[in-house]
Amino acid sequence: MGLLSDPNRRRALIGLLTRLNAPIWGMPVDWLVKTMQSRGLEVFTQRFSRRLPFPDEDKERYMVKGTNVYGILRAPRAPRTEALVLSAPCTAGDHNNQAVGLLLGLAQYFRNQVYWAKDIIFLVNEHDLIGMQAWLEGYHHTNTTGMDWSPLQGRGGSIQAALSLELSSDVVTSLDLVLEGLNGQLPNLDLANLFYAFCQKIGVLCTTQGKLQRNDWDSVSGYSHAVQTMMLMAMKQASGRPWGDHGLFLRYHIEAATIKGINSFRQYKTDATTVGRLLEGMYRKLNNLLERLHQSYFFYLMSSLSHFVSIGYYMPAFGLLGVILLLRALDLWVQLASPPPRTEDGVVDADPGVLSVLTPLVISHLTGAALYTLPIHFQEMAVEHFPVSETEAVVLTAIAVYTAGLALPHNTNRLLTGQGTEQGWKVLKLVAVLYLAVLLGCTALINFSLGFILALTLVPVAAFVTPNVPKVLSAFVLVVLSPACTLLFSVFFFQELQEMPVSFLDGWMLYLSVISQGILDHALYGSLVYPLVALLVYPCWLLFWNILFWK
Amino acid sequence: MKILGLLSLLATHLSANSVNIEENAGQFFSSGHTNNWAVLVCTSRFWFNYRHVANTLSVYRSVKRLGIPDSHIVLMLADDMACNHRNPKPATVFSHKNMELNVYGDDVEVDYRGYEVTVENFLRVLTGRLPPSTPRSKRLLSDDRSNILIYLTGHGGNGFLKFQDSEEISNVELADAFQQMWQKRRYNELLFIIDTCQGASMYERFYSPNLMALASSQVGEDSLSHQPDLAIGVHLMDRYTFYLLEFLEDIHPASKSNMNDLFKVCPKSQCVSTPGHRTDLFLRDPGSALITDFFGSVRKVEITMETVNLTDPIEQVEQNFVNEDLQKESYSYVDQLPVSEIIHQGLQLVNNNPGLSHPHLSFTGQSVCCRPSSISSI
Repeated sequence: MGLLSDPNRRRALIGLLTRLNAPIWGMPVDWLVKTMQSRGLEVFTQRFSRRLPFPDEDKERYMVKGTNVYGILRAPRAPRTEALVLSAPCTAGDHNNQAVGLLLGLAQYFRNQVYWAKDIIFLVNEHDLIGMQAWLEGYHHTNTTGMDWSPLQGRGGSIQAALSLELSSDVVTSLDLVLEGLNGQLPNLDLANLFYAFCQKIGVLCTTQGKLQRNDWDSVSGYSHAVQTMMLMAMKQASGRPWGDHGLFLRYHIEAATIKGINSFRQYKTDATTVGRLLEGMYRKLNNLLERLHQSYFFYLMSSLSHFVSIGYYMPAFGLLGVILLLRALDLWVQLASPPPRTEDGVVDADPGVLSVLTPLVISHLTGAALYTLPIHFQEMAVEHFPVSETEAVVLTAIAVYTAGLALPHNTNRLLTGQGTEQGWKVLKLVAVLYLAVLLGCTALINFSLGFILALTLVPVAAFVTPNVPKVLSAFVLVVLSPACTLLFSVFFFQELQEMPVSFLDGWMLYLSVISQGILDHALYGSLVYPLVALLVYPCWLLFWNILFWK
Repeated sequence: MKILGLLSLLATHLSANSVNIEENAGQFFSSGHTNNWAVLVCTSRFWFNYRHVANTLSVYRSVKRLGIPDSHIVLMLADDMACNHRNPKPATVFSHKNMELNVYGDDVEVDYRGYEVTVENFLRVLTGRLPPSTPRSKRLLSDDRSNILIYLTGHGGNGFLKFQDSEEISNVELADAFQQMWQKRRYNELLFIIDTCQGASMYERFYSPNLMALASSQVGEDSLSHQPDLAIGVHLMDRYTFYLLEFLEDIHPASKSNMNDLFKVCPKSQCVSTPGHRTDLFLRDPGSALITDFFGSVRKVEITMETVNLTDPIEQVEQNFVNEDLQKESYSYVDQLPVSEIIHQGLQLVNNNPGLSHPHLSFTGQSVCCRPSSISSI
């Protein structure tokens, strides 16, 4: 495991992992409490602790402990039924050192105004997403991920909207809006429109996906720029992880977005006061709202801040892919329904039909279950036998189980008596194709980008694979289009789109970190990508692998 | 000599004055009303409909300033803007930006507030069909010598006005309510002003006499709002009412401006929409109707030292005992509501309009006691 034993590379991997790095000096809780109180807010703290599924590399420990600090600005005249949240994650180093300052400045300004009809909660959370998850669970009295937190002493009403700030420098050249949340959920488009409207009003440069908007929509380069922006958003949505602290609000039906300040090499800089004015304007608009944001789209893909594609336009594209599967299923059904010319052999053929279909199904799903459970459970054993750290053990076990599944068809065939029949593989393929169609359909409804990317790679495979096609070529194509390789290519493509192309080695390491990220997200926040791929998509793909090697 | 000259001058002056007073005495009773009422309604809730409340309050302000007391004004506001949590200037409602004019003032008396502003309550106020427990301030206690001003504002469409985001009043209902008022002799003349989108559709269906109507926009047009205030964050007034307010600020109780001036308020260049008016049901010439006939409560008082003969002296009736056969005059009931005579001309105009299918021809003098609903059900 030479790739990962280099200390520099390991450190880079740690940095790329979730922002679990505990600040060496911790969050200045007492100072924050004192400062917020001096600004006239009602201040409370919340302690939380969390046992990670595999330990943090830096400290070699399984436990993450932290404290959230939040201050509530009560609306002077309104009943305490609704609230807005402004949050800034507090991390060590330069990553987000200005956001807390801006938050406190805004708190002081907001406190002097009389026109607030909703309580405003200023939240400083530790350990980014983990702290945010603890706070949200405490606020809504739910416990979905098994975290340990102290109950919240102070509360506002039901939260209508939330904004998260990430600001690393006191001057910015542009503001970036991040929308993608957990499991690909997006806030209402009105929130993005609000941000864009204020950017134009105040005259700040605003971007989405880090890409500036272009004005030449008709030219080829302008169009490809828009397509690239949209593909970046699709890939971020497909990953199923929250790309900002706002991502965890969305599952509680709270519209939230993250605003990142970017300081690049541009002449015109905007100072923190202007950013504060922009935020103040947004909060006044949200304050004037009388109901939750619901008028605009919840499912969309943005090609720039002023252009988007709604679900009504992109769903038919997916529907056409699904139709391919259904037509193939219909074809197989018709073939199966027309009886073969010999009646006696037909009767003999029908009997092992059920068993020959059931066996690959069960074995594939058992392999999927192994892929889901083994990596975390056997990390200790792996560490004993191999010179790797726990994180690496988890990732490599996952890859090992995945590759072992490729040896399956031979095992399945040994279980069956002799070779499979013509009837048998058709029944299996019918089941597999319908299974894939339903799976992709449901996935696309929840997380469109994930469903679409999987459909793009799996539908051609599912349609053409039979035992009669050339084995070696088809096997190669099948492996290349399997979920794991799709992920590998996506990683390289993603870096390419962000104009930060990586070498193969770096890309491989990024790939490993993405896998560990997926497992971690599932354990910590309930992201569904890892279980979906391990328990459902991978077994489905194995079924097609089985069909290829049926004879 | 000088005294003689002065005396002769005085005599001619007085005689001339007496001639003028005789003329003025004739003018005294030209309008036919003795009291004024106003019903001012804002039908919209929510903070972003601030301008509708400001509209109504600005008309309230003008009407009070010109003399109508609170006891004669029924003010219906569907939401409380002055004390709204979002109002950065609590206890104020501004009509001009930069806080130039606070129409909320110190002595606003709202009669129907919040959820009490409904279509049912509005129609009950107009027709007088209120439960006995309703206080006087919530009643329209007008009689047949009252001039009533009715002002409606809010969100409307072709043929309807939206109340409180949950129900609507249609133009047919409104026309029937006015007919009920006419039959119950609850008004002498009625001025109806509406400031909503497609406001002209609301007065299309009127068929009762002595109605004059103004609207801020024609069918198919939207009425636009005037100007936002950046500190408060909402639009403060609608254009039509804004210019109406500016026009009314120049009116004082003694001014002689008439309705023709009111029709010129807010031309298309200022309003963007085309204001409309309807006078065919009004029996007087609009040029002879003063603004203060409706917007103010002007007591006609003129001080004079002369005595004016208003009636002929009463003659004694001589009793005639000679003829035993007393001429018995045959008496017949006077037609209670001589509507057909009054609106005979109006009928012709109305029937020529192909859009209206309202059967007015039932007024032949005998069936006036039937209720309006049975007329409109056809």
